[in-house]
Amino acid sequence: MSERIVGKVGRVVGPVVEAHDVSGVEMLELVYVGEERLVGEVVRINKDRAWIQVYEDTTGLRPGTPVYGQGEPLSIELGPGLVGSIYDGIQRPLDMIRARSGDFVAKGVHIPALDRDRKWHFIPSASPGDHLQGGSVLGTVAETDVVEHRIMVPPRMEGELVDIVAEGDYTVDTTIGRLTSNGGDIELKLFHKWPVRVGRPYKQRLPHSEPLITGQRVLDTLFPVARGGVVVVPGGFGTGKTMIQHALAKWCDADIVVYIGCGERGNEMTEVLLEFPKLIDPRTGKYLMERTILIANTSNMPVAAREASIYTGITIAEYFRDMGYDVAVMADSTSRWAEALRELSGRMEEMPADEGFPAYLPTRLAEFYERAGLVETLSGKRGSITTIGAVSPPGGDFSEPVTQHTKRFVRAFWALDKQLANARHYPSVSWLDSYSEYTEDVADWWDEHTQGEWRQLRSEIMSVMQREARLERVVKLVGADVLPDSQRLVLETAKIFKGAFLQQNAYDEVDAFCSAEKQYRMLKIIVTFHRLAGDAIKKGGTLVGLKKLEVMRDIMQMKYEYTNEEASKLADLQKKLEEAISDYASTFE
Amino acid sequence: MHQLSNDRRNLLNEREYVGVDEIYGPIVAVSGIHDVGYNELVEIVDDTGRVRLGMTLEVATGAAIVQVFEGTSGLKLATTRVRFRGEPLRMPVSEEVLGRVFDGLGRPADGGPEPVGEPRDVNGLPVNPTAREYPRQFIQTGISAIDGMNTLVRGQKLPIFSGSGLPHMQLVAQITRQAKIVGEDTPFAVVFGGMGIKHDEAMFYIRNFEESGAMERAAVFLSLADSPSVERLVTPRVALTVAEYLAIDMGMHVLVILTDMTNYCEALREISTEREEIPSRKGYPGYLYSDLASIYERSGMIQGKPGSITQMPVLTMPNDDISHPVPDLSGYITEGQIVLERDLDQRGIYPPIAGLPSLSRLMKDGIGKGMTREDHAHLASQLFAAYAHVKDIRALASVIGEEELTPVDHTYLEFGDAFERQFLSQRFDEDRSIEQTLDLGWKVLSILPREELHRITEEEIRKYYGK
Repeated sequence: MSERIVGKVGRVVGPVVEAHDVSGVEMLELVYVGEERLVGEVVRINKDRAWIQVYEDTTGLRPGTPVYGQGEPLSIELGPGLVGSIYDGIQRPLDMIRARSGDFVAKGVHIPALDRDRKWHFIPSASPGDHLQGGSVLGTVAETDVVEHRIMVPPRMEGELVDIVAEGDYTVDTTIGRLTSNGGDIELKLFHKWPVRVGRPYKQRLPHSEPLITGQRVLDTLFPVARGGVVVVPGGFGTGKTMIQHALAKWCDADIVVYIGCGERGNEMTEVLLEFPKLIDPRTGKYLMERTILIANTSNMPVAAREASIYTGITIAEYFRDMGYDVAVMADSTSRWAEALRELSGRMEEMPADEGFPAYLPTRLAEFYERAGLVETLSGKRGSITTIGAVSPPGGDFSEPVTQHTKRFVRAFWALDKQLANARHYPSVSWLDSYSEYTEDVADWWDEHTQGEWRQLRSEIMSVMQREARLERVVKLVGADVLPDSQRLVLETAKIFKGAFLQQNAYDEVDAFCSAEKQYRMLKIIVTFHRLAGDAIKKGGTLVGLKKLEVMRDIMQMKYEYTNEEASKLADLQKKLEEAISDYASTFE
Repeated sequence: MHQLSNDRRNLLNEREYVGVDEIYGPIVAVSGIHDVGYNELVEIVDDTGRVRLGMTLEVATGAAIVQVFEGTSGLKLATTRVRFRGEPLRMPVSEEVLGRVFDGLGRPADGGPEPVGEPRDVNGLPVNPTAREYPRQFIQTGISAIDGMNTLVRGQKLPIFSGSGLPHMQLVAQITRQAKIVGEDTPFAVVFGGMGIKHDEAMFYIRNFEESGAMERAAVFLSLADSPSVERLVTPRVALTVAEYLAIDMGMHVLVILTDMTNYCEALREISTEREEIPSRKGYPGYLYSDLASIYERSGMIQGKPGSITQMPVLTMPNDDISHPVPDLSGYITEGQIVLERDLDQRGIYPPIAGLPSLSRLMKDGIGKGMTREDHAHLASQLFAAYAHVKDIRALASVIGEEELTPVDHTYLEFGDAFERQFLSQRFDEDRSIEQTLDLGWKVLSILPREELHRITEEEIRKYYGK
């Protein structure tokens, strides 16, 4: 910690401090403020004055006390020990803080993010004499049972490897090797630092092709997201944003999950902390916590650290992407982040734009979402970051600035619907208001995995849902009785699709996660019903008669009755359905 | 270094200055001062020697902006004395606060002695998320609409969204009287924070606490409607400081009632407007969410500590509008909401708890086998779904007339009436056990044909349907 005094506290307005008599600070420099050495960051400089946003509560801070410059930007530590950890918005380890300062988060606690005492078993793979550059892999550490942590040369460094340690146990700050280059020797460690506001470099962006399977039927089948895509989930309170984010963090098939609890409830983070270490990942058979990193800056924690939290999260995600992993980032909720931005901007007396938000809100949103993507890393691997940002629009009104600006930078929109949530239809993703521009990108992948049927099945069911929405308007005026059976079939198929397919029980062991194969087979059964029932009605059958078929009850229960492993058995149910309807139809011939 | 600064701080304590620069609304600006901290407690003394409390809102070299909790009437520029205390506002805490009534700043209002005990910073500190215990213990309130449909658990923050003229007072009184953990004898301690409520409303609560015997384990903090509005900004924090002491240090289960949060938010808006801050929606400051969170998040349980804080804030929705910033931002922070509905109230249904917009987020972890009953989750889900359908059918019937409805739709209407008249509705003094509530739920659900019940298992149908 540097003792260089760069100025003194001049004025304190909530989380913003104006420093006077300032010399030798740079923009976005990390500083410590006052006797308690609160963490802060320089956000504006004017002659001998600097404005600092302080990441801790400023109660008791007095004018005249010193400000210490650190000579580097706000950075985080990247190395073994990240996975399974819980950090606050500026990467302070919350469990270590608890061990030191008790059940409440005290101020002025400085603890390194990565444990300096813990030893990691390092297996080198590079050898002396190798010419290495940023992103080259030096060796590996088995961080958890599922994550192989690839130790890389930090970006923007290059040279010949002079020496490297033998396989063995090392702490993160042991020098494990040296690079020699024109600029002199560079010492390499198991970890390195990276400024949070700077995106990590990569070789090039790649086009999207594969879906990120979330295990949620309404998402994967109707509004899929590609690996490396960006999605926004807007919804008023009580519509289940957090439930969706939790479900995705649990079941999506990413290698690493970074969950950013940004200005949300403390108990929600506790829930993740208690639940994830006990839940098994269906793909690896290991605990979910072994691929999860949590950033928790709850609503009552300092507001400036909330602003920083999403950058901390996305930087960690980029680091794992650079190793060649698929990373999923959940940011819950970006509205709270935008509000933090608004509060800080207001305290600095900047000119506001829409609803008090600063004019640079869209720029900041774009910067954040553009850090997602499918890329070729510096070392030539494929890595991706998929970002799913929740938005909490005031009053559930999607026309507010954060939702509107976010929509400009994302390609999928999962709109949560109050009416569905009120009827306890979860996930309450509206099939009429949502969209995904990734559908075409991933359709080839789906078709390959479903004997080429996916596009067709999806478009048939989407058209049923559209027709239902139109018919519902008629029904609202005249009642369903006046419709002919062919039209009432549309209503019936939609009802089955909603109940048996779209609705998914996050708390049911079997239904919580639905594999791609099971989704496809369930979808096919429902579409088959619609096709065959339509034929049967043409031949003289009635909807009432069809509804009485015993197989209909099996269809309603299929999500619970067939596990993901038994998904192929759904082909038998399909056959049973075909036979039942054909038997029924034959009575009219 | 720290030792030195502490000594210096002691020397500087109790610094007093005469004369202020500016007085506007509840705010006083002072200059020519030294070493004053942000959020520091201030005493303002007028000509007559009356001492008022305040707090620094902004500090700069040699100057500070102070908000005066007790109003600025009678203050003069030249003779007003300002004393900086070198510490934030603190509330002395001990078990002796129980059975007492205090004003909005934590001073005795019942003629009793000053509170004694360790003084604690009323602002509190955020709980470390890794230290929290996840709340999952069912609280039986004896009210079917809550226990059956929006279950409250110990350590939850569940607000009541009311409207003017709706019976939230009766509901709160009934909950404080009846709330208990099944199988445990220790009743809840009650901490009551009244912000900007009327005298008769305060009287109603105190009388109720006395009649039910809750008063001896209650601490009441009142900032009444005719007290200066700024005082209300302190009241919930003083109340929660006491609640945290009782729960975390003394291991008690505390039920905190804060009413009315809308008045609190208005006081915050008033200060913000006086200071010419940039407003967000409806003139409320941009930090309203963070400020409310600093109150609502002071609830829950801590690992390894026996006590808990369950919060039930009450707020009135201006013009019954749930999208108004106060209920809207509250709903984003709290773990659900109990919404009172004017339509039900007008039809004479008490408690008029709206069936659909009400929600308890922690319900899923507090119900089921071993906690309430194994059928609870499915029953509640089915009741929600069916009642949502009733609302659709009622809308349809108002267009096409009831005669045109299908027979199934008619059964739904019948179910809807039974649900409201028998299940939701109960007497002010009626304390239903969870079994009674669930059995009643099945009784009304059995009005519907069993083919309509998609969220219930076959086994549950066999066991409970039509019994």
